[in-house]
Amino acid sequence: MSIIRKLGKVSLQQVKRMGVMGLFFIKTFIYTAIPPLKFSRILKQIRFIGFQSTLVILLTGSFAGMVLGFQGYYTLTRFGSDAFLGPMVGLALIKELGPVIAALMVTGRAGSAITAEIGIMRISEQISALELMGLNPYRYLIVPNFIAAIISLPLLTAVFDIVGIFGGYLIGVKLLGVGSGVYMGEMANYVEMQDILEGLYKSLSFGVIISWVCCFKGYYAGVFTGFGAEGVSKATTQAVVLSSVLILVWDYFMTSLLF
Amino acid sequence: MIKIENIIKSFDGNEVLKGVSLEIRKGDILALIGGSGCGKSVLLKHVSGLLKPDQGNITIDGRDINKLGGRSLMELRGRLGFLFQSGALFDSMTVFENVAFPLKEKTGLSGRAIKDRVLRELENVGLSGSEIKYPSQISGGMVKRAALARALVMDPEIMLFDEPTTGLDPVIGHSILSLINLCHRRLEFTGIIVTHQIPEIFDIVERVGLLHEGVVRIEGTPQEFITSRDPAVRAFIDKTVL
Repeated sequence: MSIIRKLGKVSLQQVKRMGVMGLFFIKTFIYTAIPPLKFSRILKQIRFIGFQSTLVILLTGSFAGMVLGFQGYYTLTRFGSDAFLGPMVGLALIKELGPVIAALMVTGRAGSAITAEIGIMRISEQISALELMGLNPYRYLIVPNFIAAIISLPLLTAVFDIVGIFGGYLIGVKLLGVGSGVYMGEMANYVEMQDILEGLYKSLSFGVIISWVCCFKGYYAGVFTGFGAEGVSKATTQAVVLSSVLILVWDYFMTSLLF
Repeated sequence: MIKIENIIKSFDGNEVLKGVSLEIRKGDILALIGGSGCGKSVLLKHVSGLLKPDQGNITIDGRDINKLGGRSLMELRGRLGFLFQSGALFDSMTVFENVAFPLKEKTGLSGRAIKDRVLRELENVGLSGSEIKYPSQISGGMVKRAALARALVMDPEIMLFDEPTTGLDPVIGHSILSLINLCHRRLEFTGIIVTHQIPEIFDIVERVGLLHEGVVRIEGTPQEFITSRDPAVRAFIDKTVL
């Protein structure tokens, strides 16, 4: 009987957390839609989430493209279709790998830092101090991250795609001997605007997921994840894990809807 | 001005406040004393609206703080200053930026006017010369002073102090209380001070309340408090003063 009771208690807690998380998203959306917006903080967060993630995106994008160049070439050669290396690399990056890997990189680099920063502000009563000044913490802490992530993710994904395509070009054309015109020409023939839009929609939605989950976990650090430094540490881990899982799950649904 | 009526609050089934009632007149300061963990800070957070009671009402100028929401609550909080036990300074901002923050966000003052006001406030709390330091670069006493400057810079009508002297040595603790006294004379705010600093606190407050076992055991002037024969009061005074 006690096991059933415990199970019920845990289930109720989870339902409550999901409700709080849903309300958090609705509030964030409302405060994003209703001015005033804190433009200086938005720019600061675009710099943090977007600009400062560029190096990691350049690195991962170029190596992802190079790996695709190798794998694609050896697979396509089996069927005598190595001329399609360009479209294969391009489509794989633009539709799938670009948005997903860029989002996972941003989660690890910026999402975790956002959770830790907001979490520390929560446990050291800085968020309460904001509230008691008659200021809205959502407008100062959450909305700027939300907007910055929505702006930054598509741009970072575009950078990822471009360097990835160039990485595939280096391997396919310069190393393995695929014709330069074939690589680029076939890509232009097969990659359509719909494919680019699919990648854009995905990266936008991943920006929403990352900012929502990471801000939520930080904002409720000490409430749902224990107290003190350990609470912030747990919140940060949970934010990265939950964001990453949601990105992959949501990617599946987006792909099945957009195809 | 502040009326607390029959506040009951539990955390995970543990009843911390069991029907607390108090009234603080405009311009008065009430010292709220009591043993550690008896719910003093919890009560202070109820007055500021950070926590909601399970039962009971808190009215400020006749307005029930628990029934306010959104903009009305923000407006009420704009009249209120809160000195946190930890200071709660924004650790990514300098002392100057911390004190300037509410002015920048809540007033339309020019940069020059804000600078003058902040420097004056920092001078009032004895922090001239520490403007460009970060909270992690200054001592605990200086953090409390900077937090006090930030709380007072908007000329609040109500000030809530959560253990302003805890963790400080007696000399600095005394200087913080003197500073609060000076600010009270200058701004004439209504206040509540949660503290263990007795008997020094009796010199700067008009009323004293003892929170004991979840209720206000006694509330009166410092003189009434000191001469009280209530066993809980006597035990508290004898252990802390003698």
